Amino acid sequence: MSLFLHRLRQMARMMVGVPDYDAYLRHMRAHHPDRAPMDRTAFFRERQEARYGGKNGGKCC
Amino acid sequence: MAMVGAASLSVVAVSRGEAVNALWIVVAAACSFLVAYRYYALYIARNVMRLDPSRPTPAIRRADGLDYVATDRTVLFGHHFAAIAGAGPLVGPVLAAQMGYLPGTLWIIAGVVLAGAVQDFMVLFISMRRDGKSLGELIRMEMGQVAGTIALFGAFMIMVIILAVLALIVVKALAESPWGMFTVAATVPLAMAMGAYTRWIRPGRIGEVSLMGLVGLLAAIVYGQSIAASPVWGPVFTFTPVQLCWILIGYGAVASVLPVWLLLAPRDYLSTFLKIGAIAALAIGIVIMAPPLKMHAVTAFVSGNGPVWSGGLFPFLFITIACGAVSGFHALISSGTTPKLIASEADAPMIGYGAMLMEAFVAIMALVGASILDPGIYFTMNSPAAVIGKDAASAAAAVTAMGFPISPELILQTAKDVGEHSIISRAGGAPTLAVAMAEIFSHVVGGPAMKAFWYHFAILFEALFILTAVDAGTRAGRFMLQDLIALVVPGFKDSRSMVPGIVATALTVAAWGFFLHQGVTDPLGGVNTLWPVFGISNQMLAAIALMLGTAVLFRMKRDRYAWVTLVPTAWLLVCTLSAGVLKLFSADAKVGFLAHAARFSGAAGRGEVLAPAKSMAEMRQIIFNDRIDAALVAIFLFVVLAVLVFTIRTCLAARKVAGSTAREIPAQLVPAE
Repeated sequence: MSLFLHRLRQMARMMVGVPDYDAYLRHMRAHHPDRAPMDRTAFFRERQEARYGGKNGGKCC
Repeated sequence: MAMVGAASLSVVAVSRGEAVNALWIVVAAACSFLVAYRYYALYIARNVMRLDPSRPTPAIRRADGLDYVATDRTVLFGHHFAAIAGAGPLVGPVLAAQMGYLPGTLWIIAGVVLAGAVQDFMVLFISMRRDGKSLGELIRMEMGQVAGTIALFGAFMIMVIILAVLALIVVKALAESPWGMFTVAATVPLAMAMGAYTRWIRPGRIGEVSLMGLVGLLAAIVYGQSIAASPVWGPVFTFTPVQLCWILIGYGAVASVLPVWLLLAPRDYLSTFLKIGAIAALAIGIVIMAPPLKMHAVTAFVSGNGPVWSGGLFPFLFITIACGAVSGFHALISSGTTPKLIASEADAPMIGYGAMLMEAFVAIMALVGASILDPGIYFTMNSPAAVIGKDAASAAAAVTAMGFPISPELILQTAKDVGEHSIISRAGGAPTLAVAMAEIFSHVVGGPAMKAFWYHFAILFEALFILTAVDAGTRAGRFMLQDLIALVVPGFKDSRSMVPGIVATALTVAAWGFFLHQGVTDPLGGVNTLWPVFGISNQMLAAIALMLGTAVLFRMKRDRYAWVTLVPTAWLLVCTLSAGVLKLFSADAKVGFLAHAARFSGAAGRGEVLAPAKSMAEMRQIIFNDRIDAALVAIFLFVVLAVLVFTIRTCLAARKVAGSTAREIPAQLVPAE
């Protein structure tokens, strides 16, 4: 049940273009231990800009 | 499953002359889709594409935790579906209902299984094997620079038309409707408050801010009723279509240069969640209510003299229902964020093929929604004022004369039930669907007293995501235009300088604003003219995407499976080219732009003023509009024919070479880093 809720939350966030922050942290730790990862707020803002900046071709009709 | 599907379809087929329950159509569609997913999608995955689950996807190879993230497939399905589902699948089927529910249903089911879902799936596959590149880049890679540029230009023009049509739908829904206008206007400060909240107070808390927004929205709907009734505020929020048109153009210009976190992002949260919620609620509502279909299975308008849009069943039905059956716009999504998020090639059928089936299901529900209404109401709402007049008595008489008996009292009562002054000539699909949704929702929750609330809820939900699309689309159009102009004026892509951005934004807004204004002032209601142009352009983009698929299959040396994309390509080309040629050259002035222009310029030459124009200036305006529309259709025809030539060249060249020439990222490459 908690896994289901977690998935649902992830899906809702992904629908508006925000991927999992923990997955991002895991990736940064595994591949770029030398670089400081963005904090939650910076990550969120970066994703907002990436989704709505206009370079994604917009959404469907 | 196949048997249930076949049984449902045969119930629909044999129950002529009596009311068919909407559930049969829903069940028939669901079963057909499940069978297609189980067999055809699998066949394409195994034999045509030969998907390889062990092959690293872009999300694995280029993982960065941001754009490229291996995502759980159910989560990704939600992301992809939310991106492809918009106003299109809701509006097209409603307009198509003028020919009865049967032609639309059959086209949606056959179209999505053989064309629409194949297109989405194929583009996803091609992009997934090429680092998640976009459609324009893919065409450039596989078919050459010129083909890529032509396709990019076509995509920009399609974007312009889509924005104009969407904005027109909003105008049609909100004109002379203070209640609707107030609720939609209230979303702007509401979204800004949400934006400030996610920016400074609790950054990143999308869930809680969306819930607060939802409460605000519901309050706005409830409060809107008293605003509309107020003698002071009611007139303040009452606008004519032309005023609304200018408001929207101004809004588009300003909103698309604001920082994204302020207005666009928070409103996108609201509209996305509301959209998914409303679609789910509609599905549940239809199942609970199980309404009978009141629309005829096939109406007399299949021969092409319908009031909602002109033209016969072939090719115009296949143009009118674009999204839902096959939508070229999805090619931009399938080659956008989704291929960068897919975790394994094995997930591709579910995302590419499955999500499109889901969208077709939404289209079926929209068609059901339009068909459970009394046909008299349907035609009252969707016929232009030039045909049925502006008051209940003339509308009732005109619609009854069409063969759909209705009384003036019923028209007035329906308007009163949903809290509007008038429901006459509210074309564009959204208001019709809103009446249907009010019918279904109030049956489940709240009874007739809640109808007005649900109607405005439905209008708000549609207007909200259309406005989000206008905003996001203007931004996207701006970047496309900058890319295109940069081909001629190097340095125009420079993002540090302000001028190119502002020029490109202004040009984009001016382009869709022009068509919006034309549609709003069009005496035939605008939707009549613009929706077919939109449909043609969208289906042409689909044809281009499928031609890319064909070219890639040839280059991969899988010629013998190329029928999978060739059959839908051929069908779309036949439909769009014949529709385009008819729109250009048909001698019937109701269908052909040039014939219409000739009729009006002939009259103008003789000094006559033809209805619906009221002055010589309006006559000149109509002639000018016709010629612009004709030029636009000619451009689309040129784009699609040019891509066709490049496709044939690419395929012939590929046949002469022994091995595969497709530019895939080789499978054996080890993950980056």
